[in-house]
Amino acid sequence: MAKETSKRKATKKSSTAKSSPEELLQYYTDMLLIRRFEEKAGQLYGMGLIAGFCHLYIGQEAVVVGMQAAANSEVDTVITSYRDHGHMLASDMDPKGVMAELTGRSGGYSKGKGGSMHMFSREKNFFGGHGIVGAQVPIGTGLGFAHKYKEDGGVAMAYFGDGASNQGQVFESFNMAALWKLPVVYVIENNRYGMGTAVSRASAVKELYSRGAAFGIPGVSVDGMDVLAVKEAGEKALDHARSGKGPFILGMQTYRYRGHSMSDPAKYRSREEVSKVRSERDPIDRARQYVLDAKATDEEGLKQVDADVKAIVSDAADFAQQSPEPEMSELYTDILVEA
Amino acid sequence: MANQVLMPALSPTMTEGTLAKWLKKEGDAVQSGDVLAEIETDKATMELEAVDDGILGKIIVAEGSEGVAVNTPIAVIVDEGEDATSVEISAPPPPEPSPDPEPEVQAAPAQPAAPKPAIVSEDAYTGATISLTVREALRDAMAEEMRSDDTIFLMGEEVAEYQGAYKISQGLLEEFGGKRVIDTPITEHGFTGLGVGAAFGGLKPIVEFMTFNFAMQAMDHLINSAAKTLYMSGGQMGCPAVFRGANGAAAGVAAQHSQCYASWFAHVPGLKVVSPYSGEDAKGLLKSAIRDPNPIIFLENEILYGQSFEVPDDDDFTVPIGKAKIERSGSDITIIAYSIMVGVALEAAETLASEGIDAEVINLRSLRPLDIDTIVTSIKKTNRVVSVEEGWPVAGMGSEIAAITMEHAFDYLDAPVNRVCGEDVPMPYARNLEAATLPNVDKVVTAAKAVCYR
Repeated sequence: MAKETSKRKATKKSSTAKSSPEELLQYYTDMLLIRRFEEKAGQLYGMGLIAGFCHLYIGQEAVVVGMQAAANSEVDTVITSYRDHGHMLASDMDPKGVMAELTGRSGGYSKGKGGSMHMFSREKNFFGGHGIVGAQVPIGTGLGFAHKYKEDGGVAMAYFGDGASNQGQVFESFNMAALWKLPVVYVIENNRYGMGTAVSRASAVKELYSRGAAFGIPGVSVDGMDVLAVKEAGEKALDHARSGKGPFILGMQTYRYRGHSMSDPAKYRSREEVSKVRSERDPIDRARQYVLDAKATDEEGLKQVDADVKAIVSDAADFAQQSPEPEMSELYTDILVEA
Repeated sequence: MANQVLMPALSPTMTEGTLAKWLKKEGDAVQSGDVLAEIETDKATMELEAVDDGILGKIIVAEGSEGVAVNTPIAVIVDEGEDATSVEISAPPPPEPSPDPEPEVQAAPAQPAAPKPAIVSEDAYTGATISLTVREALRDAMAEEMRSDDTIFLMGEEVAEYQGAYKISQGLLEEFGGKRVIDTPITEHGFTGLGVGAAFGGLKPIVEFMTFNFAMQAMDHLINSAAKTLYMSGGQMGCPAVFRGANGAAAGVAAQHSQCYASWFAHVPGLKVVSPYSGEDAKGLLKSAIRDPNPIIFLENEILYGQSFEVPDDDDFTVPIGKAKIERSGSDITIIAYSIMVGVALEAAETLASEGIDAEVINLRSLRPLDIDTIVTSIKKTNRVVSVEEGWPVAGMGSEIAAITMEHAFDYLDAPVNRVCGEDVPMPYARNLEAATLPNVDKVVTAAKAVCYR
């Protein structure tokens, strides 16, 4: 893995050189949208408008925004776990449809029948939204299989967490993806806790990006709090997969600010740990600095971005409360496709 | 001391095979471990090794002989100086201590099930038929569909180069190539999830489980990923995939390899579950399953693979999912079965006929959706019903049939529903216990008579 170590070093420092000022502003905006959206979702949950489990993505925004910046969204496919709101927004899905699904309304992406953890958009190449830890990994590998079979030039990006990275089906998938040289990029979002269990207490080896070593799959560790580092690593990984060399693993070092789900008091870590990451490594603060450094806009311009994003989220929240509940007739639809 | 060499069984379900080639000739010296002959079945070719030292004194069965029954003496090994012609050739050992490697073949028609006189023919089809084994019918169904739609591919353990663990996919690799006929690692959880993902991605996978016992490792993807995603996506994400393989009891393989999963899968909304009996069922249902845009659980039976049936000789012939078939019409009692138990039910019906009871036999074909109309119409006519299944009694298909009967035909019943099931135990290994565990003709006849109060 010596080669990979050097790659790892290469991705450690990123620069704004490869992204235009307009692009930098777009990344900042996309990340801010996810954060504001998630904060609003948290509020609606607190008001009893969102039921069940709700897993917020706050803190991890740079990962999916950086990856989508590197991807070809025309052909590439995305699949992830139940912590999926950020991936949907980054896949350009409509915040109204996402929020209305959280509130279980007919205007939601799944007509209110899937909820927070189960949403999809074929149109936007977003394949869920899967509630069972690790299940999206073989399914995502199958998306890669379909890309290769159809020769459509696409790559599947399968996101999963540090917890899922210990699952047997993940290794079964790695084996097949490497064996058949499938175009899949595995994005491990290591937010340091699988629910309440720190990586060091669940994984024999902490370097999750090296989990493909047994199958000859290259992997690199990436600063998942830096959207440009993610983008750069994502481009390399996607090129690798797209050129027929097989799968690639990106070990994103990231952090979730909120609990595992809304009902998690997060007693397993100290408040200081969270505040330290927020103040020193916040991905949105970092992107903001990139924007200002590149003179993409000024403080006034950023205020406008904030206001625009707030308006989008506010509209989404309104829509999610006004959209009617699904008709009772929907109870027995979508169980089978009419042959 | 002369020793007979007997025709070996290469698998628990083998009853006969072809003596393809002798590699030693009469008079040759042989040592233990020497390869004497090559034996072929429809599934495999194997070498027969000598277990004694000596001289191949006499070849009893010539090479090229087909249909040589297991345990038939095929040669004699003699000691040096001994005269092979003096050796008395014994007949195949009698079946009483159960040397037959396949005791539950008695559960199926012992001979390839030629259509019985009372069988009602398939309504729509009047064209020519051809005699095919269930194995060939399944292969032909896949090949025909793969020819017409290049998004269909077959994946599973040993489906390509080995030609199928049970030789179902014989010839498919040659015709369709490695892109569409794919050997997988032995990792059901992973490759089933991969198949589901390929289906989401626009392909039509046929995923073969060597047997459904191994599909338990993939249960999460079959239920949570394949069956539920259409609903959870508000209708966006269909999973057009067929998951097929051998289900139910095999022979002599004990508890972990002998189980009927019909009721497990039939429980789940979002799946269609079918289970063919005949060659016609196998081909027609598999073609329908491949064309269906939903996830299909296709439950085959290992012991039926080698049985021959008349099958419509037409690429367009299909059997609709969700429709049962009345295999034998009768007026006194309805016997409802699926898969290999249809054969048992038909045999039981013949026995019952000889005792003056005219049984109607329904081959369910589809377990989800169940053809409630056909079941209820029959019960309203006969007023008595017996269900037959290999699976366990608790929450089995028979339980469902009993419930349906109560809900739809309670007032028409002249006797309580009676169930014939596999015994409520893990499948034992010993031949006598295994045979006692499975439903058979006697059990069905007894149950039917009880319902007729005779």
